[in-house]
Amino acid sequence: MTVTVPILRQGSALIASIQEDLCDSDILNLQSRILEDVIRYRANAVIVDVSAIGILDSFGTKTLIEIAHSVKLRGAKMIIVGIQPDVAISMVLLGLTLKDIPTALDLDHGLALIGET
Amino acid sequence: MQVPAPLDAMVQAIRRDADVISARQMGRALAEDLGFSRPDQALVATAISELARNIVVYADHGEIELTTLQQGDRQGIRIIARDHGPGIADLERALCDGFSTGNSLGLGLPGTRRIMDEFDIRSPPGEGVTIIAVKWQLR
Ligand SMILES: Nc1ncnc2c1ncn2[C@@H]1O[C@H](COP(=O)(O)OP(=O)(O)OP(=O)(O)O)[C@@H](O)[C@H]1O
Ligand SMILES: [Mg+2]
Repeated sequence: MTVTVPILRQGSALIASIQEDLCDSDILNLQSRILEDVIRYRANAVIVDVSAIGILDSFGTKTLIEIAHSVKLRGAKMIIVGIQPDVAISMVLLGLTLKDIPTALDLDHGLALIGET
Repeated sequence: MQVPAPLDAMVQAIRRDADVISARQMGRALAEDLGFSRPDQALVATAISELARNIVVYADHGEIELTTLQQGDRQGIRIIARDHGPGIADLERALCDGFSTGNSLGLGLPGTRRIMDEFDIRSPPGEGVTIIAVKWQLR
């Protein structure tokens, strides 16, 4: 089963809302599509909404960090929004950090952060 | 001390990354059924995800077995991750934060040990890896 995460455009920003538990290959697929779209639309920001995700393990976290770094290399910035409280607790206990990737409470706050409200 | 009595067990074969999802969803559903708190449900699912992924990445295939334990009036979930891959030569090093032979974060094993109440790992030469981890319900 393959899950394709929809990537929407809002102004010069891209919004990827992860709707369900993604397997590793789905996450890798999302990574390449985000990069393609950043280039194609000359986006200056990417918001990844993870509010529907019930778990972020080491692989998921590592991939998000990689996506953020590659987006940054294109001169755009990435924001992760909607990390659920239970997910945040497990990440902290597991020792996972999102390094320097900015986060916001939800999509609205994320859009406000990049000035797209 | 009372020996925890195993109730029922379920097994998920782990061969590819989709099985990692199935296993962790099975674990979350079990934790939910047993009345584990939401954060503990997430912890059980995360532990299963880490152990199952290690099987896919380092051992090619194996299995995750979940058992409900009963000890006195509390219940627990026992995760057994089993494979017959190359095994781990230096367990102590593998359990250190940041140690990875797979160019990853090296947090799966040490992190799982932190988030579970009991954690036991064995890797006798030539026999792959067996990890037993237990999470007890809070009273
Ligand atoms: N089932 C296994 N069989 C063989 N070696 C393993 C197995 N599980 C873990 N290892 C070894 O132990 C190391 C540490 O595992 P751990 O899960 O902590 O980190 P990782 O998988 O490298 O990175 P992360 O889990 O953070 O993505 C691995 O890099 C690998 O060398
Ligand atoms: Mg791992």
